[in-house]
Amino acid sequence: MSRSPLPYSKKILELFKNPKNLGRMEDATISAVAGNPMCGDMITFYLKINDQDVIERATFESYGCAANIATSSIVTEKIRGMKLEDAWKISWKEIADEVGGLPAVKFHCGVLAVGALRRAIRAYYKLKNVKPSWLPDELTFEEKQALEEEELAERLAKRVGVVEEGS
Amino acid sequence: MSVLENVRELLRAHEGLKREVYFDIENASFVPQEVVDAMLPYFNQRAYGNPTLTHKPGWEAFEAIMESSQKIAGFLGCSVEEINFTPGETEANNLALIGTTLMARKKGGKIITSQVEPLSVINVVDLLEKFGFTVEKIPVDRDGFINLERLKEAVDDQTIIVSLSAVNHEIGTIQPIKEAVDIVKSKKPDILFHTDASDAYGKIPLNFKDLKVDMATISSPKILGPRGVGVLYVREGVHLERILEGQIGTQRLWPGVENTPLIVGFTKASELAFHNFNGNVDYMRNLRDKLIDGIFEAVSDVHLNGPRGDKRAPDNVNISFLRCEGEALTIELSLHGVYVSSGSACTRRVLQPSHVLVAIGRRFEEAHGSILMKVTRYHTDEDIEYALEVIPKAVERLRGITGSTVTK
Repeated sequence: MSRSPLPYSKKILELFKNPKNLGRMEDATISAVAGNPMCGDMITFYLKINDQDVIERATFESYGCAANIATSSIVTEKIRGMKLEDAWKISWKEIADEVGGLPAVKFHCGVLAVGALRRAIRAYYKLKNVKPSWLPDELTFEEKQALEEEELAERLAKRVGVVEEGS
Repeated sequence: MSVLENVRELLRAHEGLKREVYFDIENASFVPQEVVDAMLPYFNQRAYGNPTLTHKPGWEAFEAIMESSQKIAGFLGCSVEEINFTPGETEANNLALIGTTLMARKKGGKIITSQVEPLSVINVVDLLEKFGFTVEKIPVDRDGFINLERLKEAVDDQTIIVSLSAVNHEIGTIQPIKEAVDIVKSKKPDILFHTDASDAYGKIPLNFKDLKVDMATISSPKILGPRGVGVLYVREGVHLERILEGQIGTQRLWPGVENTPLIVGFTKASELAFHNFNGNVDYMRNLRDKLIDGIFEAVSDVHLNGPRGDKRAPDNVNISFLRCEGEALTIELSLHGVYVSSGSACTRRVLQPSHVLVAIGRRFEEAHGSILMKVTRYHTDEDIEYALEVIPKAVERLRGITGSTVTK
């Protein structure tokens, strides 16, 4: 294994400097979180959805690295005006491509962004108590990965022993 | 786009910076011009020969290396024969740990170190564990001080070597090494004691004879010498085997042709650090405290990692910013010309943040938001003021992106 200087693309740097659709949405129809602060990687999406199941607006907040911020930002831009069924089909690879490629160690940022989006879509239908035929019962790859990252961070944090006070 | 093209784009984003301040001495230092000037003649004007061979450029190289050994031995309070040049801190630590265990044909036994050592100790003892040695890593308290009681309990009949750094490389904790040596030696005098003193050399008073350590590592880039050279001090009478084989030159423990310009540069950097030692240390301490106090004044929800005051290395600043991810912070600061590193998992490319910050009991989310800075005698008040102008703004912007995602 070797390390490279995390060659972020121009697009990632642009979105890191000027993220689009940033901030909490007070009148959101639904919101969803993926990741946790222990991973150093956490996203919240806020979606305003109309009664035709179309995303009218999307915003995000992100605690994470530049790739995390950029992928979250691009997701909110991409899904605006989209039907939920189409938004569901967005894969992490598409997101990675749209930010000009992600370094391999940052793939999980794209995965987490899509995982958070799908969580929001599931949560919306759960709230409405509707189950569209295209919505799978099983968790998709991105949702599973988000869950695994959260669990792994919890486990690692727990393994750390108690540190004694004073000196 | 290729990786190289992306990096070039990142560099273009830095054009037009009004000031640049480099604080990432921990990961790689700049080399001051006066050190470069001292090295330059040794590349092609004099002493470029092999110091073991019988011609003028060789004898000149021999003279330069021996004079360097004498000077460094003087700064450490030891004899010339006890100075062994290596290609760096990593190599010196590997030599000390592997050369006294595996290469000395020891079949087993216990190796004691701490949870906060540099990776050139931690990863080496983990490797030795696979070869049948037992390893115990002593815990530290919230300021990073070694738990001496636990050390006392850990030392037993099977123990062959103890390795504890004199000053922590990440959080600047000045360890009670003398007390640790006394504990170890009073239990069993033939246990070897190694200290990585890379962050102590030129920063705190050091005398290896008084400390009674058997081996000690010092490193050139940590005192602004060129990278690629370090020293393993080996007390006379300590049995140590080479870990690499090849043509042996003036350095009995490291084969290959000595790198005279680097050795000369390391020596020049040492002279600069030790000339007016107290003045240098006071100067660094003053800038350190100005930086720490300034950040605490301007930014809320911050923690200092490591102790405050005299038990902290004079150059070390390590601060956790809550609700602000460290890698993002290093990039944001870089775009404004302030260069730092972070203990965030992201910069380490693994899910776990810095093992040192975890060992002092920082929660993961605190460790992810940490930045490490080291000040030098080349930094000015204006540099610190500029950093204090940039850092609060950067933290504020990133906390704005975090928003309510992470609550207090």
